Amino acid sequence: MDTFLQQLVNGLTAGSVYAVVALGYTMVYGIIQLINFAHGEVVMIGAMVAFTMINLLAPAGMPPLAVLLIGTGCAIPVCMLVGYSMERFAYRPLRGAPRLAPLITAIGISIILQHLALLVWSRNVLAFPQIIESETYMFGGTAITNVQIAIIAICFAMMAGLALLVYRSPLGTAMRATAQNPQVAGLMGIDTNRVIAVTFIIGAALGAVAGVLFGTYYGVAQYTMGSILGLKAFSAAVLGGIGNIPGAMLGGLLLGVVEALGAGYIGDFTDLCHYGVFAGTLDACKDDGNFVLAGSNYQDVFSFLVLILVLVFRPQGLLGERVGDRA
Amino acid sequence: MSRKNPWAVRVGVVLIAVTLAVLPFALAQVGTAWVRITNYAVLYILLALGLNIVVGFAGLLDLGYIAFYAVGAYTYALLASPQLGLHLPFWIILPIGAAVAAFFGVVLGAPTLKLRGDYLAIVTLGFGEIIRIILNNLSRPVNITNGPQGIGGIDPFRVGEFSLASPQQIGGLEVSGPIKYYYLLLAVLMLIIIVNLRLQNSRIGRAWEAIREDELAARASGIDTTRIKLLAFAMGATFGGVAGGMFSAIQSFISPESFVLVESVMVLSMVVLGGMGNIWGVILGALLLSFAPEILRWTVEPAQMALFGRMLVEPEVIRMLLFGLALVLVMLFRPAGLLPSAVRQRELSERST
Amino acid sequence: MSLLEGRGIGKRFGGVQALGDVSFSITEGEVFGLIGPNGAGKTTLFNVLTGIYPPDNGTFVFHGRPLHGLKAHQVAAAGIARTFQNIRLFANLSSIENVMIGRHAKTRAGVWGAILRNRRTREEEEGIVQGALELLDFVGIRARANAPAGSLPYGDQRRLEIARALAIEPKLLALDEPAAGMNATERLALGKLIQAIRASGVTLLLIEHDVRLVMNVCDRVLVLDYGEKIAEGRPAEVQSDARVIEAYLGRPRAA
Repeated sequence: MDTFLQQLVNGLTAGSVYAVVALGYTMVYGIIQLINFAHGEVVMIGAMVAFTMINLLAPAGMPPLAVLLIGTGCAIPVCMLVGYSMERFAYRPLRGAPRLAPLITAIGISIILQHLALLVWSRNVLAFPQIIESETYMFGGTAITNVQIAIIAICFAMMAGLALLVYRSPLGTAMRATAQNPQVAGLMGIDTNRVIAVTFIIGAALGAVAGVLFGTYYGVAQYTMGSILGLKAFSAAVLGGIGNIPGAMLGGLLLGVVEALGAGYIGDFTDLCHYGVFAGTLDACKDDGNFVLAGSNYQDVFSFLVLILVLVFRPQGLLGERVGDRA
Repeated sequence: MSRKNPWAVRVGVVLIAVTLAVLPFALAQVGTAWVRITNYAVLYILLALGLNIVVGFAGLLDLGYIAFYAVGAYTYALLASPQLGLHLPFWIILPIGAAVAAFFGVVLGAPTLKLRGDYLAIVTLGFGEIIRIILNNLSRPVNITNGPQGIGGIDPFRVGEFSLASPQQIGGLEVSGPIKYYYLLLAVLMLIIIVNLRLQNSRIGRAWEAIREDELAARASGIDTTRIKLLAFAMGATFGGVAGGMFSAIQSFISPESFVLVESVMVLSMVVLGGMGNIWGVILGALLLSFAPEILRWTVEPAQMALFGRMLVEPEVIRMLLFGLALVLVMLFRPAGLLPSAVRQRELSERST
Repeated sequence: MSLLEGRGIGKRFGGVQALGDVSFSITEGEVFGLIGPNGAGKTTLFNVLTGIYPPDNGTFVFHGRPLHGLKAHQVAAAGIARTFQNIRLFANLSSIENVMIGRHAKTRAGVWGAILRNRRTREEEEGIVQGALELLDFVGIRARANAPAGSLPYGDQRRLEIARALAIEPKLLALDEPAAGMNATERLALGKLIQAIRASGVTLLLIEHDVRLVMNVCDRVLVLDYGEKIAEGRPAEVQSDARVIEAYLGRPRAA
């Protein structure tokens, strides 16, 4: 039970970050039906920029919170600019084109951003400096650190903020209108180009913060971190229902938890020695040994499996709506 | 095909044939490495042609195509190397590899049949990665693929005493291993091109086009879209599998590193850049994207050393940057590709508002 | 002799009963009209008939054989061809290619045939091309054989769609509003084409709004309203049926 709760805590932490990144994917898909492959790289850039600033400021002895805020404060505008540029110069011209075109463009941008980051920061791993006093709180046999609490809290705050924006503000209404029917929204006086641009910018800003949090949690940032994180967050968005904002939040948390629990238990699950049939016959099982078919090294497969299973069996995700095809 | 002067065509064909025949020897003068590079380029052409069936003919966006290359490569490696202690001859393994790849084509294609464009892409991407991860991890508990360390000592193609890997003197000419493989690859390529051309202009080819244009209308016209789509996957996978087998033999060592997502993207880019659906366009795209980075490496390294005294930017990074840029620019300015097929040109020039 | 019998066809979409207990019978060789106000369920009936989606209740018996559970391509292979209300041509392919694709179900060449180009395949291909040209001729657009289907004028596109449907060699040809968007001359020509198709031995099922066309061309007519059958019979009878008048024009208000 202890393992279970511990994995739950870890899963919720990672899941909160996935959720925030997933929001970027889902908002863009909701509004222009584009899978923004490059979003993961935006998150990575956020982390790298912030880490660079943080490492610059750390020796100065400023309070850790200030260092973090300044670092994030530098990351956010950079990411917003990147997000805006890709929409304005690469996606907007392709607005009416068949789906293949923006998809390929997105892949291209992802490659460009990743290697620009490689140019700027080289293959080096940026480490998070030791400026935060880590404190662990114990609940029964389960540990949770202050960093974890902060991450979960900040992510939830961002999600709440976005929900407020999308469901209670005029801009949010404009976004939802554009997502439902861009032509009519335009006829109603909404500047759809602006709304779409803002969607990208907001997603990028959220991504920047998520990147910083992710990097802080794992202690490192590297030019490659965008791809896997992006893919997982995208799976989360699909799981919740791509285009659906609450869905992205739910999907992110769920994926984080499933991944953590899965990684924790899959070794046990597929250890053939636990199954009577094999325990007697396999040499490896003697002396309390193990014969694990699939260990935690298969962790990354989880996101892919989730993705595939959802898309094949329930493409609208958990919270999305079915769209039929009329003859 | 336009009406050309038949003599011009014949002369042109002869010129091309002669060039192709002497090319490896000419390249060998500059360095055997260039023959190897050409061989890999031909392998990429084979891959691009295979993917062209799936993406270009049938319109199914496959982002995980490299998985079939991997399946073919590992099938060969497992049946002709010290890994499992098997050393079957290549003319037995290649058909097996093709069949295994076709099987995977059907298995991986089947779940995707009802999916729309982007979703199809994502699922195939997922499958491609899953295959790679599995190959990377199939070293425990039983060592089948030797995991990230890969499989080495793979047998070259051999017929009795004649091995394609070892250099020989033939008729006074120094014929190295790569040169021998070159001719084999060229022969296979010719065959594949003919197969592709025939498929395109056939009942099956038309059925693929119909499905790509309007799947509902295709079904109403009597086409069993499920079977025909699976056929596209199977055929594309078969070509990938055969290419993979040859890759194994030529390189004599394979590891999961060769089958990463970027490779799938690379092959897709060759198809897209060259002109989806157009066999000659796809070949051009594959040639460009295979040779350009090598030529780049050849020029950029000394240029940077001369200018800056050190490597400021690795050629590999420049290559990827240019590659990404190429994707974006092609989509913006010439989405139908460099040598577009007429049909695709029409398709992509219609813009919905 | 009854070519197609529909018994108790029902179809529901969410809260809407698109079709409710519709039964009818089409005789071989006749031109059978399907009319009714917009939203009556006419295209839905087409769709369940041709296997686009299955009905919730009821069966179709075609040429003595039940169509239950058949997929769209199997229905086509069994001999029922259709056109679409919104014209679904393969727009970027040429006219002749469109018709050649219609021959798919009646031809056999597979991958090996394609690759080997053996004698049988080559002969089959020749037959396909010839047959396609003949059909283009039959509907009157032979001159446009190599033009991209999407570039054809509207009336010609409809004809092309009919040609493609005829390529299936159907016993029953189901046309969904073939005269929509046509001017008077085009409608006359369409009427003639329908007669020619009937003369060639194909039974026709027609959704149409154009009253004159229906009167002139159809032998019998089925009238749907809100998914229910409200009349079936000769056009003249149906035209004066009180329920039909009410469906189209509403009930006269008390003065």
